[in-house]
Amino acid sequence: MSAVRFDHVSKAFGEKKVLDDVSFEIEPGQAFCLLGRSGTGKSVSLRHIIGLMQPDSGHVFVEDKDVSALDRRELAEVRKHMGVLFQNAALFDSMTVGDNVSFPMRRHTDWSSAEIHDRAAAKLADVGLAENFDSMPADLSGGMKKRAALARAMALDPPILLIDEPSAGLDPITAREIDELLVKRKEAGTTLVVVTHHIPSARAIGDQFALLHEGRMLAHGTIDALDASDEPLVQAFMRAQGGG
Amino acid sequence: MAKAGARAGDGPGVAATSFTLQTLSFVDRVGARTLGALEQTGAIASFGARAMVEAARPPYDLAEVARHVYQFGARSAPLIITAGVAIGVVLSIHTRATLERFGAEAMIPAALAIALIRETGPLITGLLVAGRVGAGIGAEIGAMKVTEQIDALEANAVDAFKYLAVTRILALMIVMPLLTITMDFAGILGGYVAEAFVSGMSWSLYLERAFSFITYSDLILGTLKTVVFGFLVAVVSSHLGFTTSRGTEGVGEASTRSVVMASVLIILSDVILVKLILFFYPTVTG
Repeated sequence: MSAVRFDHVSKAFGEKKVLDDVSFEIEPGQAFCLLGRSGTGKSVSLRHIIGLMQPDSGHVFVEDKDVSALDRRELAEVRKHMGVLFQNAALFDSMTVGDNVSFPMRRHTDWSSAEIHDRAAAKLADVGLAENFDSMPADLSGGMKKRAALARAMALDPPILLIDEPSAGLDPITAREIDELLVKRKEAGTTLVVVTHHIPSARAIGDQFALLHEGRMLAHGTIDALDASDEPLVQAFMRAQGGG
Repeated sequence: MAKAGARAGDGPGVAATSFTLQTLSFVDRVGARTLGALEQTGAIASFGARAMVEAARPPYDLAEVARHVYQFGARSAPLIITAGVAIGVVLSIHTRATLERFGAEAMIPAALAIALIRETGPLITGLLVAGRVGAGIGAEIGAMKVTEQIDALEANAVDAFKYLAVTRILALMIVMPLLTITMDFAGILGGYVAEAFVSGMSWSLYLERAFSFITYSDLILGTLKTVVFGFLVAVVSSHLGFTTSRGTEGVGEASTRSVVMASVLIILSDVILVKLILFFYPTVTG
């Protein structure tokens, strides 16, 4: 069973093709990094995995279930197996940070309030925000919001974590801390799907890589395979940011 | 002189063509706006119907409904009470000026109570709630849309439509009659204050006279029609919130349009509801 599989997926917005016959497969426990410049379809790919978008053609499978063929209830069950970190965190701004992290537990478990509180506090401690349980999202910096959102994504210890630009807008130290946290999750058996254009971060986290360009998959494989690619764009991308 | 758009000396043929193009352009714009309005009406009706179907399906988010009932009710109550007292005072002053000419000052409490309970109270409550709560719902859901919070709800396996829209619609349908009764009694209190100031009438006599012509049908039907107002305000503002685009500018637009559309719908639906009430319950006319 694969954790996530794209089978000839295409998606267009009007005339613009964002994904063009994209196929890949992610094994359970693997860290898969989707690389590419801005606007090449990386985040759109993540939204297909969550079921927030449907492909124009092709199929997206999560744990061998065709996401586009599921009804709302079945899709909700699949989503319970995933945690998502959105690019701009998307914390619920009417709730405290602690309530944000508690939210998935309150919705999907029958744990007691005290247990949920303790677990949420532990998740926040994991991302270095133990002191911010009662803070409102508006009072946090960009990096802290991202870490809080990561704690929310990990709240139910889902087998699959989808991470959109973990390092974007973060200082190098915070970015490295988040990378280390993601590596720990991977070592604990969580499948990671990481969208990034930050090569050092991708090198630190990833097992398998795919480079998207204008909706098509330009390269796919291990970091060594991408480093050895003859494709000029792949070379340029892999050597960017001191990555190569 | 040539028509606008044609240059002097172009001749009558060019002027006529220009006029025809302008007319076609005008018809095109009117047609497009009409189609747009019809499309939006259909979308809102479909949104409301879906909300009712989803409300009947488990799981029921009763805690979230209760939270919104408290939010909408508690936060609107001061505005409703203030407006109610002021309206009561003003209505009392106007009613006295009219009834005094016929020596019917004793009817002032009854006239004021009838006006408030049958029409003024429900309508003003509806319009105030459209401004106070409708704008808030439109802005809040709109902001959640543009900051991906709605996507985050869905990603957390939560049905955002049920969680955000259905709970608010049910809550406002519950809150509206309560706020209307609050408005009615605040208005009667305001009327009493004005009347006591002028004539020194006692509270018990004022109440006795105020309710002498009011039937249970007046109170129940006048109040229950605001359930429809609550439904309309919440459906329109939730729909506009969910369809927000273009960032913060879109959020502001959703908020403003929520108030305008909800207010217009309240007034239009009031006309229909009054006709229906009078058709089915002719005794309500007194």
